[in-house]
Amino acid sequence: MDIVQILSNTAGSVLSPVTIGYALATIGLAMHFGYAGLLNMGIAGFMAIGAYGYAISILSFGFPWWGGVLVGMVGAVLFALVLGVPTLRLRGDYLAIVTIAAAEVLRLLFLTTAFEEYTGSADGLSGYHDSFRASNPLPDGRYGVGPFTYTEDQWWVRILGLAALALALLLVWALVRSPWGRVLKGIREDEDAVRALGKNVFAYKMQALVIGGVIAAMGGVVYALPASVNPGVYVTSLTFFVYTALLLGGAATVFGPVLGSVIFWVLQTLLGNLLPALVEIGVLPMSTSQSQTLRFILVGVALGLIVIFRPQGILGNKKELTFVK
Amino acid sequence: MSSSANPPVARAKATGLHVGDAVPGVKKVDPIIVVDGVKRTFGGLTAVDVDHLEVPRNAITALIGPNGAGKTTLFNLLTGFDKPDSGSWTFDGRSLSGVPAFRAARMGLVRTFQLTKALGLLTVLENMKLGAKDQTGEKFLSSIFPFLWRKQEEELEVRAMELLTKFKLDAKADDFAASLSGGQRKLLEMARALMGQPTMVMLDEPMAGVNPALTQSLLEHILDLKDEGMTVLFVEHDMHMVRHIADWVVVMAEGRIVAEGAPADVMKNPAVIDAYLGAHQEIDLGVVTGRHTPEDKA
Repeated sequence: MDIVQILSNTAGSVLSPVTIGYALATIGLAMHFGYAGLLNMGIAGFMAIGAYGYAISILSFGFPWWGGVLVGMVGAVLFALVLGVPTLRLRGDYLAIVTIAAAEVLRLLFLTTAFEEYTGSADGLSGYHDSFRASNPLPDGRYGVGPFTYTEDQWWVRILGLAALALALLLVWALVRSPWGRVLKGIREDEDAVRALGKNVFAYKMQALVIGGVIAAMGGVVYALPASVNPGVYVTSLTFFVYTALLLGGAATVFGPVLGSVIFWVLQTLLGNLLPALVEIGVLPMSTSQSQTLRFILVGVALGLIVIFRPQGILGNKKELTFVK
Repeated sequence: MSSSANPPVARAKATGLHVGDAVPGVKKVDPIIVVDGVKRTFGGLTAVDVDHLEVPRNAITALIGPNGAGKTTLFNLLTGFDKPDSGSWTFDGRSLSGVPAFRAARMGLVRTFQLTKALGLLTVLENMKLGAKDQTGEKFLSSIFPFLWRKQEEELEVRAMELLTKFKLDAKADDFAASLSGGQRKLLEMARALMGQPTMVMLDEPMAGVNPALTQSLLEHILDLKDEGMTVLFVEHDMHMVRHIADWVVVMAEGRIVAEGAPADVMKNPAVIDAYLGAHQEIDLGVVTGRHTPEDKA
């Protein structure tokens, strides 16, 4: 068992594009669920829009990489509008059902062979990196220390991912401390009361859905930046992983989503490396592939424990949950 | 309570509000709300069927009636929280038919709810500030630039603290609204409604679940609203309170207006006694509930 390698991989996951992508998606979900009280179960759909919007516009339409990013964002705005117009007048649990269905519809549209020319069907998309790598100002080579040693392309992905993350954090922080955020939190508590005070509740919920959706789509882009777009990623369990990260960090907090995503992926990487190693030295009586499944069982148990014992998350305000509605 | 320090001053009731006989649907001298043919059915049940109703301006009107008479449904219809099958109504001369609830509130018609809707995980002060209209910082684009709304926010805070002081909630300003008692939530909801500087306030059972001492101060607050030029329409089952503060009483039963008039006259109306007040009408309800001895009866 190579402890050093396991720990090095685990540390490296802190800065991985997957973690940054998750963090962005979780920030978007915090806007939906934590602040506006919208039980959006289709966050994987928003991420898929971002990733496919980016890849398709580069591969099929020859857009530069930043054009692909813009297409991903615009796609998320449109998806939010299409989703919101019929559903935001519904009660919370109906919104959950419709969003989970919409995300699945979207995934199956990307998966079907009917649009294989653009979506790559089950193979997904890859090889869209030229424009992005050409924009890299870093000279060739490997940089960094210890587990954080990356090539210039790997660094460029991380730098832009972190920049997007910083922008998203700044935006959400500015929004939720403003009177706009106050209205949104009021809607989360009781939308009829807010309506009676003269606020256009539908418009606020739509704005929240769009903003959170665009941030989540950015997460999808960052997730897809270094490698490929694979339809198997944007499944419903992705939505649940993002919820796990959100509840872990604190649903109605600005930095909770980042902390939650980092902890989620550090644990995932640690277990993903440690469990097979334990199998090899004969500590765990199972096969290596079984140990990979065990990892997700542990994630499920963790989610249950968080909700029961620390419903406000790590960064959440304990007082906010002292009063049971 | 302040009412013990400053004994309540008897305030004259508004009279001469109507034109002609005080029958259901009577014309008012200066109506603020005019309802025509509003009907709302739920399946086979006709919840509200009001031919004509005028609510007098700058007066306190009580809406009474037995449970299931359609009082709250009428409230919901008038404020845009529900849509009638047919009918029209105006507020301050402007049609409110089909106007969504938030727009009705912006026009100055603010309501409270029978089941109090304090926004529990917002602080009391945040609840108050939410009540104010036309906030620059509530617009999406300007919200991210604090210099655009900070000044207005400070002004709102001053006004909110003044109102909270008046309603004896200033010490609670930074607490979550969820930590307030039921009666304090009623006070907060009323204070929050006033942040919007409405012209008319509709209160759905403002006294439900409020203890007698707090009732006294709530009554004073409602009378103050009228002194400040507002119109009040409230639903209430406590006849003592209705008698005490209402200038005009509208009685509903089975969705229809069955009687209207000054409080003292309406309570002698046989239709009202039949439909609502029952056999205890002759005895003051305060006596029935043990809150007043017969000698107190005004």
